[in-house]
Amino acid sequence: MNEVTPTPELEAFDYKSDVNPVWCPGCGDYAVLSAITKALAELRLARENVAVISGIGCSSRIPAYTSVYGFHGIHGRALPIAQGLKLARPDVTVLCAGGDGDGFSIGGNHFMHACRRNIDLTYIVMDNTVYGMTKGQASPTTEADWRESKLTPEGPGVPPFQPLDIALAAGASHVVRAFSGRVQMLTKYIVEAIQHPGFSFIQVISPCVTYRPEMRALKTRVHDGFAETSTNRLEARRRLLDDDGYSLGVLFKSVEPSYKPCATSDEAVADLERQFVL
Amino acid sequence: MTEHLLSLALTGSGGAGVMTVGQILLDAAAHAGWYGLMRRSLGPQIRGGESAALMRFGSRPILSHGDTFDVLFAFDWGNITRFAAELPLRSDSVVLYDPDAGEVPEVIARSNARCVAVPLTATVKSEPGLRANMIGLGLAAHILRLTPADLQPLLADFLGDKGEEALALSLRGIELGAGLADALPASTWPVCPRPAKSEKPRWSITGNEAAGLGAVKGGVRFVAAYPITPSTEILEWLAPNLARLGGQLVQAEDELASINMLVGASYGGVPSLTATSGPGLSLMIEGLGMSVGAEIPVTVIDVQRGGPSTGIPTKSEQSDFNIAVYGLHGDAPHIVVAATSIPDCMPTVQWAVSAAEAAQCPAIVLSDQNMGQSRAIIDPPAEGGPVAARRLAAPEDGTPYLRYALTNDGVSPMAVPGIAGGEYTADGLAHNERGTPSTQAADHQSQLDKRQRKLETLDCANFWAELEGDGPIAVIALGSLTEPAREAVRAANGAARLIGLRVVLPLQAEAMAKALAGATKVLVVEQNHSAQFHHFLRGHYDLPPVVDSLHRAGPLPLRPLEILAAINALKGDA
Repeated sequence: MNEVTPTPELEAFDYKSDVNPVWCPGCGDYAVLSAITKALAELRLARENVAVISGIGCSSRIPAYTSVYGFHGIHGRALPIAQGLKLARPDVTVLCAGGDGDGFSIGGNHFMHACRRNIDLTYIVMDNTVYGMTKGQASPTTEADWRESKLTPEGPGVPPFQPLDIALAAGASHVVRAFSGRVQMLTKYIVEAIQHPGFSFIQVISPCVTYRPEMRALKTRVHDGFAETSTNRLEARRRLLDDDGYSLGVLFKSVEPSYKPCATSDEAVADLERQFVL
Repeated sequence: MTEHLLSLALTGSGGAGVMTVGQILLDAAAHAGWYGLMRRSLGPQIRGGESAALMRFGSRPILSHGDTFDVLFAFDWGNITRFAAELPLRSDSVVLYDPDAGEVPEVIARSNARCVAVPLTATVKSEPGLRANMIGLGLAAHILRLTPADLQPLLADFLGDKGEEALALSLRGIELGAGLADALPASTWPVCPRPAKSEKPRWSITGNEAAGLGAVKGGVRFVAAYPITPSTEILEWLAPNLARLGGQLVQAEDELASINMLVGASYGGVPSLTATSGPGLSLMIEGLGMSVGAEIPVTVIDVQRGGPSTGIPTKSEQSDFNIAVYGLHGDAPHIVVAATSIPDCMPTVQWAVSAAEAAQCPAIVLSDQNMGQSRAIIDPPAEGGPVAARRLAAPEDGTPYLRYALTNDGVSPMAVPGIAGGEYTADGLAHNERGTPSTQAADHQSQLDKRQRKLETLDCANFWAELEGDGPIAVIALGSLTEPAREAVRAANGAARLIGLRVVLPLQAEAMAKALAGATKVLVVEQNHSAQFHHFLRGHYDLPPVVDSLHRAGPLPLRPLEILAAINALKGDA
């Protein structure tokens, strides 16, 4: 996060736009939007100094529902856009948001490399274990035997992607799991993630009540399994071995070096031309 | 003043060091007052394999290779059959060869060129520690009437920290090589007097370096890079040089990331660019489409190589024309420019960057391996811009900011993070003036119109083409074929005129009509198999009734005489 400049007191409401979400009633993403705006208000960030970047999918619609700068890009490429922005404009607080298909399937490669670079931004993945916008296909986090999609009638047949484990293996320095049904907790995690000087990853279990109605029951399954935060990467990974997928909390946090392009100076273009003169 | 031109091919298998010889020779010739050009032709091997330095020297500026080589100096005959087609010789050409490397192969001998044996290997063995390439350098220098004294000051630079002994041995090799040349009759050598020394400083630069320089001159301060032959040198040049200007280069995980990083950085207000080649451009196409829709300026330099697919990565072609012009899905107006020569890579990239910034859309710059990886001795190139800076928004209190406002020229002032009151969401979804997603026909139509209008109102002034002559046959050439076409037009003695089209998109209807006034026939010259440029011109421009196409796939470059023959054939047509 960057230095906070004194700004007029803004309420969470002031960080919301007047655009009506396309989301279904009951979608978990409403709560995530609410948590983001609450976190921005709590941190008293000026709207013009914050950018929310996304890809494509239900949850990726989120930038337009905020009143800060936003970018609704193309499928799977939210993280490269966010990293390009943060590198070019380190003064801007950058949040990146999207879904499990956008982040772990088509954008999976960028996810790993964003973890490695550890650039100071916050990546919020609203994981609903389904492709909602295309009407209910299996996503990388869907169970292998989920048989509700016409595209994979026998189930996707592939073990689900493990976002936290992969984030840890790839080098993310702040790794969190949250639940959209616990907005206060999520708000706190987003505040901490923005304050963390490096790449923060928050997997938010965010039910899709339309294509995964059984997810409504998750509010009784989630638990505070990650109440304690590891500062040791290996220990954090060990804790995932007996994770049921519903442990909530900050699993891992460590301040580690962030990618920085080479040192800069301020010569003029004419100085560069001299190398070509015979 | 009499012009003198000399073309020289140095060939050898990997490790023979012909590229080093070519490089030192070019530098020494430049210091002696020659203009020059050196193209590298390489096999696919990472290290070793066949290589050729294809050189041309002139007492006047030269930017194209000639039709044949005056001298072929073969350090050995390894893999010569793979090269022979790229080494056209005449019966009065001279072939220098090492008798210990075997007899002159048939592919070379059939030119009936004069073959002269020079005992390279025997000389190497005459004293301990000698290297064939330095002996060859001393000998090759003689062709340009350069002496060991001309070479000596450059050697230290090339040898770096290899030490005094290496320097002494190299000098000894050069002297022995010069001695071999002296031992041959003077009639061996083409007439090639030393030119007058230049009073103004000249530059030694490759097309790829010139492209990098054009980028920073255009204001680029952010580059996301993924290496790909033959464009990598642009990125490698930019890495340290951008840092000197306070800009930055990040190595991306792939081309999907690099193009999207550019979009992110440019959304933040920093002019951004990357360089790639065909396969990389294919991966960037979706990102380029987003840059059209969200109106975020970015510039991509495509140094073309043989395609499709992995194709011929090390050799030149101009077959990405269609993907650059037509590759984006949807109706996606954007800028496409083609650099016309090695030095022209600088102003063309500079212009493209500033045009992209002014029009808030992507620009694709077409270069090709032929000029990207060739080095030339040139007069410093003229500047290429700027067109205009990016128009930034200054939102007023109480008035809602419309990011995609429908303006007369189609350009909507752009807010970037940090500008209070300008907060908006950039979107690749069809949207209204405010940027809010919209599926309504009227919004779609008006935004498409506005994006088209930006390009129609873009001022390309005299930058749109290289023009020369006013003959009735208009030769419209693409990219690195512009200079060979210029030679052909000059040789046609008033029968032809040159149009080297730099601005491919937006279309230049008025300027083209003016340039074609009085022309009765057109010859389109390009380096690809399917005459992509020819079809483009026929589809978009009113051309005279007779149009001929001279096209060939890479890597064999089209040469001035071939172009002249095509001009003459058209002339003969009633």
